Amino acid sequence: MAEEKKGLFQRLKEGLSKTHKGLVDKVDQAILGRKKIDEGLYDELEEILVTSDLGVQTSYKLIERVRERLRRGESDDAALVKKYLKEEILSILKGTGSGIDTRRAKPFVIMVVGVNGVGKTTTIGKLASRYRGEGRSVLLSAGDTFRAAAVEQLEVWGERSGCGVIKHKEGSDPSAVLFDALKAAQGRGTDILIADTAGRLHTKTNLMEELKKTRRVVEREAPGAPHEVLLVLDATTGQNAVSQAKLFKEAVEITGIVLTKLDGTAKGGVVISIVDELKIPVKFIGIGEGVEDLRPFEPSEFVEALF
Amino acid sequence: MFDNLSERLNIVFKKLRGHGTLTEANVQEALKEVRMALLEADVNFRVAKEFIDSVKVKAMGSEVMQSLTPGQQIIKIVRDELASLMGGVLSPIDTSARPPIPIMLVGLQGSGKTTTAGKLARYLKSKGKRPYLVPADVHRPAAILQLKRLGEQLSIDVFDSNAGDDPLKICQEAFRAADRGGYDYVILDTAGRLHIDEELMTELSAIKGSISPSEILFVADSMIGQDAVNVAKAFDERVGLTGVILTKLDGDARGGVALSVKAVTGKPIKFIGVGEKLDAFEPFHPDRMASRILGMGDVLTLIEKAHETFDQKKAEELGQKLKKDSFTLDDFKDQIQQMRKMGSFGDILGMIPGLGKLKGIKEMAPDEKDIKRIEAIINSMTRVERRDPAVLNGNRRLRIAKGSGTTVQDVNQLVKRHAEARKMMKMFTSGGMKGLKRGMPMFR
Ligand SMILES: Nc1nc2c(ncn2[C@@H]2O[C@H](COP(=O)(O)OP(=O)(O)OP(=O)(O)O)[C@@H](O)[C@H]2O)c(=O)[nH]1
Ligand SMILES: [Mg+2]
Repeated sequence: MAEEKKGLFQRLKEGLSKTHKGLVDKVDQAILGRKKIDEGLYDELEEILVTSDLGVQTSYKLIERVRERLRRGESDDAALVKKYLKEEILSILKGTGSGIDTRRAKPFVIMVVGVNGVGKTTTIGKLASRYRGEGRSVLLSAGDTFRAAAVEQLEVWGERSGCGVIKHKEGSDPSAVLFDALKAAQGRGTDILIADTAGRLHTKTNLMEELKKTRRVVEREAPGAPHEVLLVLDATTGQNAVSQAKLFKEAVEITGIVLTKLDGTAKGGVVISIVDELKIPVKFIGIGEGVEDLRPFEPSEFVEALF
Repeated sequence: MFDNLSERLNIVFKKLRGHGTLTEANVQEALKEVRMALLEADVNFRVAKEFIDSVKVKAMGSEVMQSLTPGQQIIKIVRDELASLMGGVLSPIDTSARPPIPIMLVGLQGSGKTTTAGKLARYLKSKGKRPYLVPADVHRPAAILQLKRLGEQLSIDVFDSNAGDDPLKICQEAFRAADRGGYDYVILDTAGRLHIDEELMTELSAIKGSISPSEILFVADSMIGQDAVNVAKAFDERVGLTGVILTKLDGDARGGVALSVKAVTGKPIKFIGVGEKLDAFEPFHPDRMASRILGMGDVLTLIEKAHETFDQKKAEELGQKLKKDSFTLDDFKDQIQQMRKMGSFGDILGMIPGLGKLKGIKEMAPDEKDIKRIEAIINSMTRVERRDPAVLNGNRRLRIAKGSGTTVQDVNQLVKRHAEARKMMKMFTSGGMKGLKRGMPMFR
């Protein structure tokens, strides 16, 4: 366990090391260069936060808070800046939960949604193998009937994790696929049903309607379901992620976020704005393309690894 | 496309135009807001800074400040700077190399390479060329199959790769096959990869070394944030890019990468993807895009599209009708069907100067389901009703709703839309450009 824990932390830290380099080295530089706090320092902080995709508004807000605390403490010790910044970010992220309790219901239904290419299908593969590893039975629903070879892609993940896939023909009604999958899960006494959906831009009203309909079918057939609706966000995405989160939340009541591709150099800082503004918790992070590269989101670990 | 950025900038400019004479402070203030708008649009931090600095220098020049319309002048400076930031003029792809001309697509995971490969092949085919598609993504499950399916849909040949093959071998063999087969272009779809993944970046440079592609195009998601420039730079340093393709511009991305990538890598954007369908793909015109961003519309692209898709005779007929103010519901139906061939309504409206910005105009634009409904309703009307919707009383509306399987509300809405469209059409024809300009905040 201790071994696993260290491995996890190491990985996360490695995944975030570039973020770390970018953000922290610069903070350190900004601070080391001066002993006292001046306007130049705040300008540099702004650059650091904005280039980490926190967005101008959230960056200003954070800097204002740090400034205010320094003023109150009547301190002009530059070293405090980093400490306060870390605390302020953490206080936004705190309370955003870790993981999902899938034992609340059976079948526990998870819908996975998001724009094109963010990592929905891969995340489903990772989730499936995670739950299979815990000895749970899992069924996948191949709800992306639009993109070429999307069904086959999910089937590969089904094989890798050892769980069944319910599918229809390409081009068929996605709600019908999920309906069948739900019936199958209920009939077989499956623990967890995970539903893939086609990638769609949040601004396409007709596609969002289609998604709402799919959700309604689940609601009707299994009261209380879907138990989780996970929005997958690509950490490389900039401020547009806020718009994605807003519109998907409006359409299908997102219960949590999965932040993927944190193994790159992107900072994923936009989730801080999203958690702050929309109060949607981050549940998992993706740090690679392998089955094991999905971790529950730990705010303190995230911020620790960041600084 | 870029609506949010346009809106933000227009608010700034409106304020600027409000001042009779401009002081340095006015300009400073406006530029500060422009900078905010750019950063919120994910324009790279440094690029935004340089952009503002360069506009400032030009704007503070005495010719501008002392001119009669300093506000307008500054807007023009911003427009020109935006255009040059994006590369100024269209950069076509290489057509002069000896065929088969290899084009390699590279980029991060999920940026849209495979779909783009299909779109590019379709585009080349529509220009009378023979493209050959090569799936070289052996990493992502079913990626090869995805490209094969796209090839089938487009009736374009696809090299028969297998997930167990080595990507370099695939590309080499495919290139030889394309040479023998007399193809004009070979499009290599490579696996998505992180720019910091040493192993996979080495694979790319090996393919490059062996095939020497004429074009190495970096495929980037237009929603990408501040990391865009690091990624683009890393790809450029490792494999040497010749250009960029931006994808998913049909969403509400504010286009920061479009404004940053040329400035940072020096490599021009060559194409943009504007939808999931395989024909939603266009060459990129920086100057036109700059106008679109500032809400000045993009009449040139609109006209080109209209030329490609509109039925010339019908268009003339319509022009006649508009002059006589007899734009009937039948014409409305026709119009909708023709417009639909050109692309999404939102996009088209965005290209008409001033229209994209009018509040509520987007809501007037029907989607697929709407269009079916509209057709059903119009088909349930008598000829008299179609010609003159004024006769539509409550009873008639009820009958039509029943006949078309819709509601009276739907019928009411359609009648309203038609009236609005008619009014708008009149604005176009009666005052010509003048009529339009009156509706345009930009030129008021
Ligand atoms: N490096 C990295 N790549 C990832 C991660 N998650 C997913 N990917 C990759 O991103 C690409 C797109 O992933 P998919 O799972 O197909 O994305 P999707 O959202 O299902 O895509 P569509 O169904 O086409 O909308 C694939 O190449 C994945 O391997 C991650 O955490 N890190
Ligand atoms: Mg998918």
